Amino acid sequence: MKRNWFAYPYSLWMVLFTIAPMLFVVFYALTDSSGALSLANMAAVGQETYFRILWRSLYLALICTVICLLLGYPAAYFLASKDFNKNQTLFVLILLPMWMNFLLRTYAMMSLMENQGIINTLLKAMGLEPVRMIGTEGAVLVGMVYNYLPFMVLPIHTSLKKMDQRVIEAAEDLGANPARVFQRVTLPLSMPGVISGITMVFMPAVTTFAISRLLGSGNFMMFGDLIDKQFLELNNWHFGSSLSLIMMVLIIISISLLNKADPKGEGSGM
Amino acid sequence: MRKTLRGVYLGLILFFLYSPIAVMIVLSFNASRSRNKWGGFTFDWYVRLTQRSDILQALWVTLSVAVVATILATIIGTGAAIGIQAMKKRPASLLLKVSYLPMTMPDIVTGVSLMLMFVFVNVPLGYWTMVMAHITFDTPYVLFAVLPKLRQTDSNLYEAALDLGCTPMQAVRKVILPEIMPGVITGALLSFTMSLDDFIISYFTSYTDKNLSMVIYSAARKGIEPSIYALSTIMFLVVLALLIVINKRGALEEVS
Repeated sequence: MKRNWFAYPYSLWMVLFTIAPMLFVVFYALTDSSGALSLANMAAVGQETYFRILWRSLYLALICTVICLLLGYPAAYFLASKDFNKNQTLFVLILLPMWMNFLLRTYAMMSLMENQGIINTLLKAMGLEPVRMIGTEGAVLVGMVYNYLPFMVLPIHTSLKKMDQRVIEAAEDLGANPARVFQRVTLPLSMPGVISGITMVFMPAVTTFAISRLLGSGNFMMFGDLIDKQFLELNNWHFGSSLSLIMMVLIIISISLLNKADPKGEGSGM
Repeated sequence: MRKTLRGVYLGLILFFLYSPIAVMIVLSFNASRSRNKWGGFTFDWYVRLTQRSDILQALWVTLSVAVVATILATIIGTGAAIGIQAMKKRPASLLLKVSYLPMTMPDIVTGVSLMLMFVFVNVPLGYWTMVMAHITFDTPYVLFAVLPKLRQTDSNLYEAALDLGCTPMQAVRKVILPEIMPGVITGALLSFTMSLDDFIISYFTSYTDKNLSMVIYSAARKGIEPSIYALSTIMFLVVLALLIVINKRGALEEVS
């Protein structure tokens, strides 16, 4: 018995429960209900109703990613700066929600934004008109940013922390003002983290599931909800698989782009 | 001045991240059913939880699935790390790449793909399919928690143990395991947390048995109820406590 045999159960498990299931998705996506090879389901994704949902998911995910980047970069930058880099608690507090059930967080958000919820109660107490939030695109977007923000902060923070401080001192010694140091040195060096953050937010945001249902009152179906509906409501597994396959392909493309932009994986914690 | 401004900004981000959860916790102790009136402090909603058989059943499913999946994932994942370290570069990196798949694929794709396979091979979707799905997404976390510890150990010790007459099993148990134990425990804690917390993959791989997240989801679709706040609060605090313990072991950054 050689030592690498210890990895055999795992290899077997991964083939059976990771590779094989993905092949099933491909198989169902490319066949029809009689089991014959067919591209009809793949082509159906291009139909206007579905295409519009795909488009909306991409569009909302993109806006969500931009907002997370704009909010998250300064947060990561300040956390990694001399002012706060010794404050481990602060870092952990920002990191923790990443590991927490998104459903719980969305549920909490729901109670804030409801028509009779906390925000509207506060608005009324201040003598302002209540705002309808639940059921709007804005509510879905806020829910998404809320869920994915930590995924942007972490990789940027990691790449900023790994940066050689002497490079910055050198730029300062050579007469660059703080804005110029940031633009010419810090920002380019933190790019791997930024790219990794963008993928870590964008990919799960596209497949967002249930957030739009809970915060958008089902008015804004997204790609994840569409997949869910095909499998659990309409029992249209072939079409559901086609949608999943498109998602898988999108993600594999993003990962290979990420690997090109950041070949050593510097930005990600992984 | 600069530090104050930066502190204020970080404070606002934290406020954004934690105020919804804080509100939820406060409301779980609110005697009034209404969300915009404070009717006094009460434990009623927590007491009511213990009277709902569907929630108690879901609690049992959640805990037992997490325990079974964690034990198996820890054994398989630790073995995998030990084996991978002895492998040649190519197969090792191939296996590591495959390990990233369940971590990078969106949960919905993982859930759907497992469901398709289980149904195709005629396994009814229930408790055991949920367990198998959980082992699948837990094991890579164990692997990536153990690998760094393994890289710090001296692989000659294993060879030495073999030369001195140990069987490979004995060598692993007596020489390798004691050295990598911190990583194994961290991996087990991580996978337990992931299991407790999972919603999407469980939702697709089990019809008959529901875990707590699935109960919260179906309740949320019907509208908000204070006892679900209580349930969410308990889950939040348990997962928070586990994550703080894991972070103390210095592992969250490494594996995320």
